[in-house]
Amino acid sequence: MIWFVYGLLSCFKLLLVPAYRSTDFEVHRNWLAVTHSLPLKQWYTDETSPWTLDYPPLFAWFEYLLSQVAAFFDPEMLRVSNLNYASNATVLFQRLSVIITDAFLAYGTKECCSFIRASGVRKSSRWTLTWGSPISVLALLVLGNAGLLMVDHIHFQYNGFLLGILLISIARMLQGKYLSSAAWFSALLNLKHLFLYVAPAYGVYLLRNYCLCDSEEPESRGFWILGGKRLSISRVTKLACIGGLICFASFGPFIFAGQFGQVFSRLFPFKRGLCHSYWAPNFWALYNAADKIAVIVGKRLGFPIVSNSAVMTGGLVQEFEHTVLPSISPKVTFVCSVVTMLPALIKLWLSPANPLHFVRCIVLCAFSSFMFGWHVHEKAVLLMIIPLSLLAVLWRKEARIYLLLSTVGNYSLTPLLFTPLEIPLKGLLVLCHAVYAFVQLHQMFNLQKGSILRLPLLNRFESVYTLGLAPLFLYQHALHGALFGAALPFLPLLLTSTYCALGVTYCWAVFYFHFLFSGNHKRKIH
Amino acid sequence: MVFSCESLKKKITKELNASHVVSSSRRSESSSLRGFTLLVVAVGLVVRWAVAVGPHSGQGRPPMFGDYEAQRHWQEVTLELPLRQWYANSSRNDLGYWGLDYPPLTAYHSWALGHAARALDPAFVAPHHSRGVEHDLHRLFMRASVLVAELAVYLPPLLLYTRDLKTNPVLAVLYPGLILIDHGHFQYNCISLGLTLAAVVALKRRRLALGSVFFSLAINYKQMSLYHSLPFFCYLLGVCLRQPTWAAALSKLIKIALAVVLTFAFVWAPFLYPSPADVLQVLHRIFPVARGLYEDKVASFWCAISVVVKVQNVLPRTWLTLLCLVTTLGVVLPSNLLLLRQPNNKNLLLSLFISSLGFFLFSYHVHEKSILLPATAAILLLPHHPVSATWFLAVSTYSLLPLMVKDKLVVQWAALLILFVAVAAKMMPPANSAFLRTARKVSLGGSIFLVLAQAVIAPPQRYPDIFPLLNSIFSCAHFLGFLTYAYWVQFRTESKQHAN
Repeated sequence: MIWFVYGLLSCFKLLLVPAYRSTDFEVHRNWLAVTHSLPLKQWYTDETSPWTLDYPPLFAWFEYLLSQVAAFFDPEMLRVSNLNYASNATVLFQRLSVIITDAFLAYGTKECCSFIRASGVRKSSRWTLTWGSPISVLALLVLGNAGLLMVDHIHFQYNGFLLGILLISIARMLQGKYLSSAAWFSALLNLKHLFLYVAPAYGVYLLRNYCLCDSEEPESRGFWILGGKRLSISRVTKLACIGGLICFASFGPFIFAGQFGQVFSRLFPFKRGLCHSYWAPNFWALYNAADKIAVIVGKRLGFPIVSNSAVMTGGLVQEFEHTVLPSISPKVTFVCSVVTMLPALIKLWLSPANPLHFVRCIVLCAFSSFMFGWHVHEKAVLLMIIPLSLLAVLWRKEARIYLLLSTVGNYSLTPLLFTPLEIPLKGLLVLCHAVYAFVQLHQMFNLQKGSILRLPLLNRFESVYTLGLAPLFLYQHALHGALFGAALPFLPLLLTSTYCALGVTYCWAVFYFHFLFSGNHKRKIH
Repeated sequence: MVFSCESLKKKITKELNASHVVSSSRRSESSSLRGFTLLVVAVGLVVRWAVAVGPHSGQGRPPMFGDYEAQRHWQEVTLELPLRQWYANSSRNDLGYWGLDYPPLTAYHSWALGHAARALDPAFVAPHHSRGVEHDLHRLFMRASVLVAELAVYLPPLLLYTRDLKTNPVLAVLYPGLILIDHGHFQYNCISLGLTLAAVVALKRRRLALGSVFFSLAINYKQMSLYHSLPFFCYLLGVCLRQPTWAAALSKLIKIALAVVLTFAFVWAPFLYPSPADVLQVLHRIFPVARGLYEDKVASFWCAISVVVKVQNVLPRTWLTLLCLVTTLGVVLPSNLLLLRQPNNKNLLLSLFISSLGFFLFSYHVHEKSILLPATAAILLLPHHPVSATWFLAVSTYSLLPLMVKDKLVVQWAALLILFVAVAAKMMPPANSAFLRTARKVSLGGSIFLVLAQAVIAPPQRYPDIFPLLNSIFSCAHFLGFLTYAYWVQFRTESKQHAN
C-alpha cells in the first residue's frame, strides 16, 4: 500500500522536474562536485563557490555516493569550477535523487504504520478500508505533504530523506528497539545537525526507559537511582558505543586529516541574524512586528524615535537592532528555547513506558526551538508537522491541532516560491493537502459535518482563521500589486509571517497544554 | 395477538432509531461524497498545473513557434483587426503565420482573452511586435486561461455525469490525453469537449433542445466536433420519430431545429450581416481541402497501411477523398442507423465512440489530437465498460507519444500514463477470462517495449521515421480492435433485446 502511494506520488513529483528551483539546487550541485573531484582534505576548505559545504560529514559522504551515480548522467556537473551548471541531464539527475531518496520517508512511514496497526492503539471499523484506513491516511498525509513537495521537489532540498530517517528512528523507539533507534538518530545528527533540537527528547526518553531498569532485570547492575530503579552501566555503555561509533565513522576521516576544527567552524557559524531572510512564523516574527507597530504608533504620537532605515525582511540585512523593544541576543533565544522545553521533558520523564508521549515530546522540542530559536529557517516547521501526522490519525484532539498547524505551516512555506508559474501551483498544493486532511480526518473521527464558516474538527474561531489564508493569498499575489504597485515590497511577506505566526503560536500553546494535562493514556481518548 | 403498550413502544422506538440511523448515514454519505469530489477536483487541478509549469509546443523555436503562439497570435489579430478581416488575408493579417482557421466561437474567445491580456500588459498582444512572447508572466496568463476554461466548461458536466451515475470520477478527471494536450502542448480542447459532455448530460436528462444548443456551440468552437455530429443527429431524429403522434413528433423536431438554427445564427450573425459572402471566406478557412491525407505520423488506418501501400501516391486526390468518404461512412453508418431505430442512452454513447473513432481512422486529413474525440466518448462509457474504456484511454494517450517527443513532454507523458494505469489497475476487478488477461499483458508489454526501444536504439539511417511509424501501427491495431469490440457490444445487446 505505502509503496503504491510512493509510486503514485513519485509520478506526480516527476511532473515537477522542469519547475522553478532555488539556489539550493546549485548548492547541492556544488557539493556533488566538491566531494567528487576534490581530496577529502579540501571538502570543508574549498571556497570556489559561495555555497560551501556546511552540513555534517555524513551528508558529505551521502553526496559523495550520489556523485558516483551522477557521473553517468553528466560528468560536467562534477567540475568544481562549473558554477551554476544546469544541463537537462543535471536537472533530471538531481530531481531523481530527491525522488528516489524519498524512499526512506516511505520506509519510515511504513514502519510507523505497522506499529500503529499492531499496537491496537486505535480501534476503528475503518481498518478494512483500502483508502480510508488510518495507515493509508497517514501514508498520504506524510508522503503527500504539501510543504515537503514544495521544499524538496520545487525549491530543492533533501528534507524527505532526512525526515524519513527521523521517522525510522521514531518507529524503532515505538517498537521498543532502543539501540536501533539511537543508531538511526545519531546517523541523522551526522547528516544534519539541525536535528539537535529534538535530541533532548531522545536523551530523556532513553535515559528513563532504557538506561534505568528494575532491579530484577539481569542488566540491572549499576547505580541505584530512585524508586527501586538502577542505572544500568552495560546499557549506558552500549548506547555510548553505538553513538560514538557512528560519529566516528562520519567524523573520523576528517579528524585524521586534521580538519576537525575546520568542519566544526563550518557547522556552527554564529554570524547570522535573529531571523532568516524572511521571518519564519515564530515568536520573534510577532516580536519584530510589535516593534514595527510600536515605531509607527510612537511616531504618530510624537515620540522622538530614531528609526534605523534597515528593512527587516529584505534578506539584505543580516543583523539589525530593534528600535523600541530590547534587542535580542543569541543567548536569550537559547535560554527561551531551553526553558520552554523543560516542562515537556519533565512530563516525559514522569510518564515512563509511553512511546507516544515520546513522539509528542519530539514535536514539542521542535516547537520550542522553532518558536524561540536563533536564525530559524521557515522549513523547520516540517519538523513539527511530520511527526504530528502520526498522532493525527490516532487522537481527535491532535487531529484538530494537526489540521490547523499543517495548513498554516504549509502556507507559511509558500513565499519560498515566488516565480509567476509557481504561484498557482503552490496555492493548489496547499489547498489539495488541506482538503485531503480535512476530508479524511473528518471521516475518520466520524463527526457531524460543519457549515460554511465552520470547518470539520475546528471551532469557529479556528475555521475563520484558516479560511482567512485564502484572502491573504489573493492579497499577496494580486491585490497588493494592484493597490501599491512596486511600493512597500515587504508588506505581503510581513503580513504572511505575522499571520502565520499567530496560528503557529496558538497551535503550540494548545498542544503544550494538551500534552501537559493529559493523563498517561495509551488508549483512545475523547 | 395482544399488542401490549410496552411492546408497541419498543417497536416504535426501534423503527425511529432505524430511520434516524439511515437518514444520518445517508447525510454523512452525501457529505463524504461531496468531500471526495472536492478532493478529486483539487488533485486534478494540481496535476494540471504541474504539467503546465513544463514546456509548451514550439517553446523557444522561432520563427513559427507552435500552438501556444497560434493561440496568442489569434488574440492579437482579433483584438487588432475589425471582425470582417479576421479570416481574410491582408497586409495586416498574414494568414501564412498561424492564420485563424477555427470557427467563430474560438475567435470570440480569443478576442475576450485578448482584452484580458491587454489589460494585464499591452506587450502581450502588441501588433506584430508581440510575436513569440513567452516569458513567465505571459505563460502564467495563458496557462491560467486554459485552467479557467476547463474549470468552467469541462469539469462541471463531467462531474454532473459521474454524480448522476454514482461512479467515481477520478479516472475521468485524470485522463492524461486531454491534460497533456491542453495544459502541456497548449490548446483549448476542453471547451469543445466540455460542451459535448454538457450536450450528452442534457440529452440524458431529456432536455433535447438544450442538448442541441450545447452541441451546436461545440461545433462552433472547433469544427473537429463534427466527428460527433452523426450520432447526435440520429439520436435526436430517432427520438422525434418515436413520438406517438405525428403532431408531437413534428413539434419536437421543430423545437430542436429552431434551437440549432438560432444557435448558429447567433454565433454567425456578425459575419452574416451586412454581406453574407464573408461567411464563405470563413468556411474556406475552416475546411481547407488542399491538405494531405494525414499529418505527421498519426495512428490512422491510412498511415498504418502506408508500410504496405501508400494510398496517397497511388490514387489521385479526388479518388482519394472519395475512398475516404466511402470507407468512413461504411464504418460509421450501421451504428448510427441502429441508433436511429433505438435512440437510447447506451446506443448514443456507443455510436459517439464508434463514429468519432471511425472518422479518426478512415477520414481525410486527420490530426493526432483528434483522438481526444473518441476518448471523450470513452470517458462517458467508463461507468458502463470500465475495463475496456480505461484500456482505450491508456492506448489513446500512448498514441500521442510522437507529439510529446516533439514538445519535450515525454517525462510528463510517461508519469501521467503510469499514474493513470496504476490507479485504474487498483480500481478494476481482475479480468476473468484468460484471453483478456493475455491481451492486456501483450498490450502493456508491447507499449513498454516500444518506448524502451526508441529510448535506447537509434533509428537506422534508411528509416528515420521507423519508431513513430511503429507507434502508429501499434496504436492503430488497438483502435481497430476497439472499434470491432464496440460494434460487437452494440449489436450483441440489440440482438438480445430482439430475442426477448
